[in-house]
Amino acid sequence: MLKDILPTSVQNMLLETWGLWNFALRFFREVFKPPYNLNELTKQFFQIGNKSLGLVGITGFIIGFVLALQAIPTLQPFGATSLIPSMIGLSIILEIGPVISGLICAGKIGSSIGAELGSMKVTEQIDAMEVSACNPFNYLVISRVIATTFMIPLLIIYADTIALLGGFIALNFVSDVSIGLYFRSVFEAISISTLIAPVVKTFFFGFTIGLVGCYKGYNADKGTESVGIAANTSVVISSLMVIIWDMLAVQISNLF
Amino acid sequence: MSETETVIDLEHLKKSFGKSEILTDINLKINRGETVVTLGKSGTGKSVTLKCIVGLIKPDSGKVKVLGKNIPDLSYEELQYMRKKIGFVFQSGALYDSMSVRQNLEFPLMRNTDLSAGDINKKVEEVLNDVGLSKAIDKMPAELSGGMRKRIGVARTIIMNPEVMLWDEPTTGLDPETTRDISHLIVRMQRKYKVTSIVVTHDMICAKIVSDKIVVLKDGAYSEPGTYDELENSKDEFVRSFFEEVENDENAELTNYQPSSIDKKKYRN
Ligand SMILES: Nc1ncnc2c1ncn2[C@@H]1O[C@H](COP(=O)(O)OP(=O)(O)OP(=O)(O)O)[C@@H](O)[C@H]1O
Ligand SMILES: [Mg+2]
Repeated sequence: MLKDILPTSVQNMLLETWGLWNFALRFFREVFKPPYNLNELTKQFFQIGNKSLGLVGITGFIIGFVLALQAIPTLQPFGATSLIPSMIGLSIILEIGPVISGLICAGKIGSSIGAELGSMKVTEQIDAMEVSACNPFNYLVISRVIATTFMIPLLIIYADTIALLGGFIALNFVSDVSIGLYFRSVFEAISISTLIAPVVKTFFFGFTIGLVGCYKGYNADKGTESVGIAANTSVVISSLMVIIWDMLAVQISNLF
Repeated sequence: MSETETVIDLEHLKKSFGKSEILTDINLKINRGETVVTLGKSGTGKSVTLKCIVGLIKPDSGKVKVLGKNIPDLSYEELQYMRKKIGFVFQSGALYDSMSVRQNLEFPLMRNTDLSAGDINKKVEEVLNDVGLSKAIDKMPAELSGGMRKRIGVARTIIMNPEVMLWDEPTTGLDPETTRDISHLIVRMQRKYKVTSIVVTHDMICAKIVSDKIVVLKDGAYSEPGTYDELENSKDEFVRSFFEEVENDENAELTNYQPSSIDKKKYRN
């Protein structure tokens, strides 16, 4: 009945959501089960972090720099230059830093996981692990999802720091605020309790990016074009999810 | 548990993908230590049958009993336990691209056995020697030729000493000498460890060397099993066609086509 009413695109979306949900459930069922692949986990931590350092750093710097440049002409006429550090700090740490870095990680890390597992699926490597009784979910998916869940928040903190530095450099063109004073005013504007939501959401970003990439790669169809499809759809879905998590985080933190 | 213990027992196995019926009624019994060769045209479902046996593909209906257990009924844990006894050689090799040859071979041992590093090393060298590729031990799969990848795939499977071996075209694309080596390896494993095997192949050299019985897959079902000699002289023309030599190929005249026989009159002016 539902099948007749709903258009195919909606049906596909529901199926996809259902598949992803089950994949997540399987992750939580198996995450603590041995064997633990510490080597693979370390390798993934290193790869995921190391591969994105440059990109995330550069965008972070530009964002902070541009943000400050734009704030200066607006606030300077009112003699409110001293408010700029706290303004930059708030917007970078609470919102722009996590979201933009999250989106960049979705593009960079999500696509690489999707393509990697997708090509393993297409060339029957995942099947080969399966038939040799080496649970590929345990080996491939769990290590990657754990790595993204903890690495992406670290990358976001790193991006935030560089963005704040970028803001400081831009601000230095118009006023001679010291770096110590700059960071003191940034952190005065932020209380620990306001930090909770933006920090927690980055773990959700990381988890989602890893999970979606693995899900799309792990379930890729036969044929080489499906590797591209897996990479592409992982980016699309995980970017969308990053935005949705962000929206939810704002709603929830407004409750308190 | 006598001499004739049935190890693989397929009953009325059925599998379709969408509308296309691939397997309609597969029946086959294989006793311990027997090697059965499956022939059949490309795309008829030989690989699908093997994948049903190892639980990679779930059949629509029918029984797939291996060592007394019906594979589709098993839980994931039971299936994993079963798979330790089954070796599967992939048609494509399916080597782990991100690992070296050594790591490819070590991978199943490290995860499924408690062997010490020294023992693992010894086994790796032993199976590489079996497939004649000892010098490739530190290469990456991308550096290997197609035939070498295939042989590493074989080595990665036999390293676990399985009771049941499923070989999906183990010799396709290999030169005649290596084909014989791999075929003799199959026979050696059968003699030494009483391994039960299904070998999918188009290669009659291999079929002749390894087969106790041969079945031909056509229209989703197996023909009556027979030995190499029986099927070579089968009444069924389709079955016989697999055994015919290249010389009496009906298209041979095309390959022997001589340019001198071109209608010369046409070009005279
Ligand atoms: N996962 C799958 N999904 C859909 N169709 C499939 C799948 N696997 C196999 N098929 C179809 O089943 C048919 C049989 O495939 P199979 O790989 O078993 O052929 P084969 O007999 O091994 O041929 P070859 O000798 O070329 O390897 C093919 O038509 C293929 O398109
Ligand atoms: Mg095949």
